[in-house]
Amino acid sequence: MTQTLDSYVMLSALLFAIGFFGVLLRRNTLVIYMSLELMLVASTLALVAFSHFNDTIDGDVFVFFILTVAAAEVAVGLAIIVALFRMRQTVLVNQLDALKH
Amino acid sequence: MAHFLFTCLSTFTVVCALGVVLNKNAVNGAMCLLLCLAGIAGLFIQLHAYLLGFVLLWVYAGAVVMLFLFIVMLLDMQGGAVWRYRAFHVAASLVAAALLVCGLDMLAVRGRFEAPAPAGPAVGGSMKHLATELFTTYLLPVEVIGFLLLIAMLGVIVLSKRFEGSEGAP
Repeated sequence: MTQTLDSYVMLSALLFAIGFFGVLLRRNTLVIYMSLELMLVASTLALVAFSHFNDTIDGDVFVFFILTVAAAEVAVGLAIIVALFRMRQTVLVNQLDALKH
Repeated sequence: MAHFLFTCLSTFTVVCALGVVLNKNAVNGAMCLLLCLAGIAGLFIQLHAYLLGFVLLWVYAGAVVMLFLFIVMLLDMQGGAVWRYRAFHVAASLVAAALLVCGLDMLAVRGRFEAPAPAGPAVGGSMKHLATELFTTYLLPVEVIGFLLLIAMLGVIVLSKRFEGSEGAP
């Protein structure tokens, strides 16, 4: 085993930061949602690495649950985005400013 | 060999993640997300979490990315005006992401996660071990998650149904 736990944690932090950058930068709600998914998967990578390097199975079980909940979450979130599009005819966050006025 | 594989997979994953974030076209972004998830599944497999790697591929690459592609094509956003990024906005996002990664790396360096000496059971029986844990220790969460999936399915049906009266008589 040549990799240390640190390298996996660094990679996970980097992927999380890239997802965060996308959430802040992009205007399209769907791309923001993809970046959020990227952040979630980055955090699961850290959990699996911790679980592997500590020789336990609990992190793996936790990631299993996270993946299940993420599938449900994506379905509900996309349904909300479609409902929003039906109502406002846009998915760009700079045009979804009803609370500003 | 393992180190080389880790380097390749992590570089590939980071490049694809940047592709998700920086791609102008949402369909190309979804495809980059697919490749990025494949890279992460490879990393899972390298961490001996074989089941989780395949579940990630099935659930995320098989279902979630397909759902994203369906919605992107349903809403048909490709003809929309291309929004130009202001330099201030890009700089602010970059600084925020850099601060986040610096903080996490400081935590990783300062905290010095010390992995205990691997003296545990062999990872060969990992799948059996995982199944035993899921259906004994974590039995209640499994049931709750099943119920949550049912509720999410009902919620999606309610959200995507057009109610009569709001759009005129059927």
